[in-house]
Amino acid sequence: MAGVAVSTTINGDAVEYLCQPDETLLDVLRDRLGLTGAKEGCGTGDCGACSIILDDRLVCSCLVLGAEAEGRRVETIEGMAHGDTLHPLQQKFLEHAALQCGICTPGFLIAAKDLLAKNPDPTEEEIRFGLAGNLCRCTGYDKIVRAVQDAAIVMKGA
Amino acid sequence: MRYIRPLSIEDAVGQLAGSAGTAAILAGGSDLLVRMKGGFAEPELIVDIKAIDGLSEIRETAEGFSIGAAVPCAVLGENTALKKAWPGVVEAAKLIGSKQVQGRCTIVGNLCNASPAADSVPALVAAGAKAVVVGPGGRRTVPVQSVPTAPGKTSLAKGEIIEAILLDKRAPRSGDAYLRFIPRTEMDIAVVSAGVNLTLDEHGVVKSARVALGAVAATVLLVEEAAEVLIGSKLDEATLERLAKVCAGACRPIDDKRGTIEFRRKVAGVLAKRAATTAYARAGGK
Repeated sequence: MAGVAVSTTINGDAVEYLCQPDETLLDVLRDRLGLTGAKEGCGTGDCGACSIILDDRLVCSCLVLGAEAEGRRVETIEGMAHGDTLHPLQQKFLEHAALQCGICTPGFLIAAKDLLAKNPDPTEEEIRFGLAGNLCRCTGYDKIVRAVQDAAIVMKGA
Repeated sequence: MRYIRPLSIEDAVGQLAGSAGTAAILAGGSDLLVRMKGGFAEPELIVDIKAIDGLSEIRETAEGFSIGAAVPCAVLGENTALKKAWPGVVEAAKLIGSKQVQGRCTIVGNLCNASPAADSVPALVAAGAKAVVVGPGGRRTVPVQSVPTAPGKTSLAKGEIIEAILLDKRAPRSGDAYLRFIPRTEMDIAVVSAGVNLTLDEHGVVKSARVALGAVAATVLLVEEAAEVLIGSKLDEATLERLAKVCAGACRPIDDKRGTIEFRRKVAGVLAKRAATTAYARAGGK
């Protein structure tokens, strides 16, 4: 079976890869490109652990084919920090201890980044609804919501 | 398996019609990829329709709106004109899945997945929406309720693609609404749902009505007797009670883990009343 040749942009870099027609973008990121930040939780779009931003839309990379990334822009958790400087959301997740096992964290960070990009001053309810597509089985969400609220304040001041 | 991304609808139709084995249309993939992952679908050909000219657009025409088959539901929610004209359709589409799923899922996919509990379908049926079907024999326009024929089954023939959903231009004093019952606040499958679409006369009397119920039969039900109850009324308490009774009686639900027959009948009536009340207020009725 011949592979599909794909040219795309990932975190600002031009990337080319060959993938199988039924291979998900999540599998391409993790297994072909070594970008293992996005996690596979459910593989069916329910948990949000594989969240990425595709052409400014938050999506589950497990529900996107690798072949579909042709000519598009992909943002993953690996592109969130600038060198050694963490993104304010990453910093606030650390300060608020908004993670335990960490499997859901990259997905929450990407989803929160997308949320704040579209709504820089969300209410607590908007944050909870906005992040409803991301499941965490450890923290119980309160610390995550507080970290996002705190990051929003920092980012507005920046 | 082959993956193709045709640039024209004619090419997509030709590829689908000419495929020897099973073929699947890919727009948002939020049903297809889940079925492939679970081993329930193993298409030999995947036709990605997102590069086809015009399919990713919402167009406002003299007749109303044309929503392309590849438009994600998130985009419906961002279209101010569509939201103003058809708030019930948009609120139904916005209930499908999470933010992540909203960025991908489409109303045409929701329709063609043919789930009796599909959220956007009762709202589209109530709205009198039509589907533009393109196939080897040309183009035809059909009412959306004729597309799903049974759970997971549609009336589309081999090689046919729904290109767009059409919504009429709104008459003055019109409003629609969609409500569903789920046991939580977000992200669940409708146990029962109701879509209502009304147009009033200048005195606030209902002139025309359409009522559709979801998840209470094998396909979405268009309940014409319920519409007849509303027509000629100003939605007084007695009318709403009759509406609830007619809707409960029209249901042909199943018992399952999400709800019993008795519960679904009762809730169908309650949701129809509430959706009618909201649609009436949106139409400017008092």
